[in-house]
Amino acid sequence: MNLAVRRWAPHTLALLGLLVLLYPLAWLLATSLKPAEEVVTSLDLWPSSLEWSNYTTALEGVSGVAVSRLLGNTLLIATGAVLGNVLSCSLAAYAFARLRFRMSRVMFAFMVATLMLPHHVVLIPQYIIFNQLGMVDSYWPLILPKFLATEAFFVFLIVQFMRGLPRELEESARIDGCGPFRTYLSITLPLTRPALITTAIFTFIWTWNDFFTQMIYLFAPEKFTITLALRSFVDQSSTSAYGPMFAMSVISVLPIVLFFFVFQRYLVQGMATTGLKG
Amino acid sequence: MSTVSAKAPAGADRAPGPPRPGGPKRRRVRREKQWPAYVFLTPWMLGAAVLTLVPMAVSLYLSFTDYNLFEAPRWVGLRNYTEMLTEDPRYWRSVGTTLLYVVVAVPLKLVLALGAAMLLKNLGRGRSFYRSAFYAPSLLGASMTVALVWRALFNDGGTVPDLLGAIGVDSGGWVGDPDLTVFVVVLLTVWQFGAPMVIFLAGLQQISPDLYEAAALDGAGRWRQFVSITVPMLSPVVFFNLVLEMIQSFQVFTPAFAISGGTGGPADSTMFYTLYLYERGFTASHMGYAAAMAWLLLIAIGVVTLVLFRTSRSWVFYADEEGR
Repeated sequence: MNLAVRRWAPHTLALLGLLVLLYPLAWLLATSLKPAEEVVTSLDLWPSSLEWSNYTTALEGVSGVAVSRLLGNTLLIATGAVLGNVLSCSLAAYAFARLRFRMSRVMFAFMVATLMLPHHVVLIPQYIIFNQLGMVDSYWPLILPKFLATEAFFVFLIVQFMRGLPRELEESARIDGCGPFRTYLSITLPLTRPALITTAIFTFIWTWNDFFTQMIYLFAPEKFTITLALRSFVDQSSTSAYGPMFAMSVISVLPIVLFFFVFQRYLVQGMATTGLKG
Repeated sequence: MSTVSAKAPAGADRAPGPPRPGGPKRRRVRREKQWPAYVFLTPWMLGAAVLTLVPMAVSLYLSFTDYNLFEAPRWVGLRNYTEMLTEDPRYWRSVGTTLLYVVVAVPLKLVLALGAAMLLKNLGRGRSFYRSAFYAPSLLGASMTVALVWRALFNDGGTVPDLLGAIGVDSGGWVGDPDLTVFVVVLLTVWQFGAPMVIFLAGLQQISPDLYEAAALDGAGRWRQFVSITVPMLSPVVFFNLVLEMIQSFQVFTPAFAISGGTGGPADSTMFYTLYLYERGFTASHMGYAAAMAWLLLIAIGVVTLVLFRTSRSWVFYADEEGR
């Protein structure tokens, strides 16, 4: 008896926890399928009839911009950000982890310190710079910084990972006459793949979920991301459009959920490494 | 496991220890070949200069000016700062709300994350399923969608007030109640304990089972094992999570924005620091004032981080430093 309790107690607890944790998501899914009048009046999670028209309404999008277009915009930004971060952060990380140069200590300390820098300190001047360059209301302010390794978190993550790699392979490549660029490209980078995948996944999810930067830099509805569109959808709709609003919410997070199911193994590993290596 | 230490990795392995074979000669050869490092660093250096250092200097300058983005900045000295600290009750309200949020949300989130990690560690079968499922809320992060769901769940007639009503606690709608809205944001953050949980879990798995076995042989109970083994062995990870969550919490924006519909209401009760900064800068066009707010935020985060690092010496235990 005691043994059975011991074995099942953690599972019961975990299941209960799961129920509470996932309730809001179940609620979201259920509400996105409810008829308008049921959303506010009924407490039942399960809709009395499935209202698929919520989704067709949501797919039409906002201000005449279809959801497919909005998703495409978001995908474009996220892809640009992923490419930028993986490329620029791995380059900088290789220099910090493996190459010797003057001021390396100072530069590395500065890089780590920027981890603490609130985005808001640089926000206004960055806005002025992009404004002067005529880039406001374009995707450049959202993508360009990623190609300049501005997200210190990822540089740090990749440095930590590279420091854990055995040096022997790189040493022997050097003895065989490989320069630092060859070594980086054909030896170090392939070995760093787990950290690069983590960087890519996080960049994708964070860019997708981002709201603040997109809100500040994008104005034209046809350039909107799905998050921005969702917000203006909320502003425009009354409570009677609750169903379509939550249908659109589901659509907006669907790509992330899919992404997670495909990559969750790497994601969880990568994050675990973040806090432990060093 | 000294995670957040700012050691220069390139220099770290050459400073101490005996001289290497080849000695100074080899070092001279290296010194001639510094240029590849700078090529690798070009994007980062460009970004650090153009998007970090210059903007920092500019925003420091702007914080002493009156600036609306369209006319030239007008120097006003310390006026933004004095106005903020002495004449702006909304500023202090935002400071209070943010501090309350940080003080409640961060410990609650970390305790829950640690509890979940310890639960999952003992699960054996099904662990990876639970791990992913527990992480799911964090995946949606501070997304607009989640905030909308939250607003509906805590609103008058939503699930949470109704459930509380069923057990005899009449709370009314949390979203419309200035005393309760901040806790809607707190619960939203706490719900997303996935990231620290995964880091805790990895940390727990690194603690050698031998330690627990030895302790059990010595007659230590579960609580004793937790206090004497788990806590000290995990303290570097606790520290890492604490610093990270703290820095993030000071900057919370999207949930407050979404739950209040961008207004920070009702009665400024969700006017978090960064939301007020945004309102001052981008809605009211007081960019100088917003810049000054940003600098005080930077200083606050700097001070808190410094204090954490200083105090950490007394409670963070690094196994590899034992006997040093």
